[in-house]
Amino acid sequence: MDAVPTADHTIKQGAPSVADLFMGFFILGLTGFGGVLPLARRMMVEKRGWLTGAEFTDLLGLCQFLPGGNVINMSVAVGLKFRGIPGAFAAILGLIAAPTAVVIALGVVYDRYENEPVVRHLFGGLAAAAAGLLISMAIKVAWPLRRDVVGWLIGVLCVLAIAVFRLPLLPTLLTLAPLSILLKSRQAS
Amino acid sequence: MSGTLVALALIFTQLSLLAFGGGNTILPEMQRQVVDIHHWMTAREFTALFALAQAAPGPNMMVVPLVGWHVAGFSGVLVTSLAKFGPSSLVTGIALRLWERFKDRPWRRKVQAGLVPVTAGLVIASAIVITHASVPSWSLALIAAGVAIATTTTRIHPLLALAAGAVLGLTGIGQP
Repeated sequence: MDAVPTADHTIKQGAPSVADLFMGFFILGLTGFGGVLPLARRMMVEKRGWLTGAEFTDLLGLCQFLPGGNVINMSVAVGLKFRGIPGAFAAILGLIAAPTAVVIALGVVYDRYENEPVVRHLFGGLAAAAAGLLISMAIKVAWPLRRDVVGWLIGVLCVLAIAVFRLPLLPTLLTLAPLSILLKSRQAS
Repeated sequence: MSGTLVALALIFTQLSLLAFGGGNTILPEMQRQVVDIHHWMTAREFTALFALAQAAPGPNMMVVPLVGWHVAGFSGVLVTSLAKFGPSSLVTGIALRLWERFKDRPWRRKVQAGLVPVTAGLVIASAIVITHASVPSWSLALIAAGVAIATTTTRIHPLLALAAGAVLGLTGIGQP
C-alpha cells in the first residue's frame, strides 16, 4: 500500500513494541530513586518520544484522579494505549520487577541480622530519615492549603480519624471524601 | 498459611482501591492491618520495612511486596503485589477508555479538587504514624527532624538524606 500515511499511521510506526515498553519501564524502575515521576516524563516525552508533553500531562491528570500510585497507573495506561493488555502487563511488570528484587534482597538482610546491634542502629537511623522524608512530603502537600478553611477542616478530621483514633480507612474515606467534595464545590461556587 | 494469604489478598485489594492520592495515603491503614490487627510484625519492624522500601529504587509502593515477603515468603510477594497493583490497574484500564468522555465534565474537576484536602490530611496522618513508630529515642528524633528540614528547605537528593540518616544511626548514639 502506497497510500499517504495518515496521522494514525505515523503514530503506529513510532509506537513502542511490547519489548520496548518493558525495557523502558524496567530502566525507569531501576534508576528512579525517591520519586519516579520526573524521570518518567523525561523517559516517555523527551528521550523516547512515546508521548507529547500535552499527552503526558493529560494522562497524569487521569492517573492522579484514580486510586493507586501515579507512575504505576501511568505504566498501565501507556502500555494499554500502545499495545493493549500485553503492553500493560509488560509496562507494569517492567516497572516493578527490579525494585521488587532489590527490596526483597534488602529484606532478607534485615530479617537475618535484625538483632545485631550494628544493623539495628543502621536501620534505626534509616527509618528515622525515612520518617523525615515523609514529614517533608506532608509539609509540601499541605502547604498550598494553608489559607483554605475547608482544607484545614478536612485535614484535621483526617489526622484525628487516622493518626489519633486509628479508625479504619474505608469508613473514614467514605465520610470525609464526599464531605470534602461537597464543601469544596460550594466554596468554588 | 493459606488463611494468611487470603487475609493479605483482602487487605491489599482494599488498599489498592482506596489509595487516592498515591501510596503514602494508605500507610497508616497498612500498618494498622499488619501490626495492630494481624500482629504479623511489630510497629518498629513495619517502619524498618518502610524505610528499606524508601531506600530502594522504583515507585514508592515497594513496601507492599516487602510486607508480603516478610509475612509469607515468595507467595506473599505474589499475593500482595497482585492484590495491590491489580485492582487499581483494572480501574485505570477502564477509566482510560472513558477519560475522553469525562475529563472535561464539571463533576470531574469538583471530585478532584475535593480529594486534595483528603489526600493532604492522609499524608500528614502517615507522617505522624510512621514518625511515632520510628523515633523511640531523642537521637532518632533529631535525625528525622534534620532530614525533614533539609529536604523541605533545600534540593538535597532524598537518597543522600537517607544515607546520612543511616550513617548517623550506625554510630548508635542515643539508641538502645
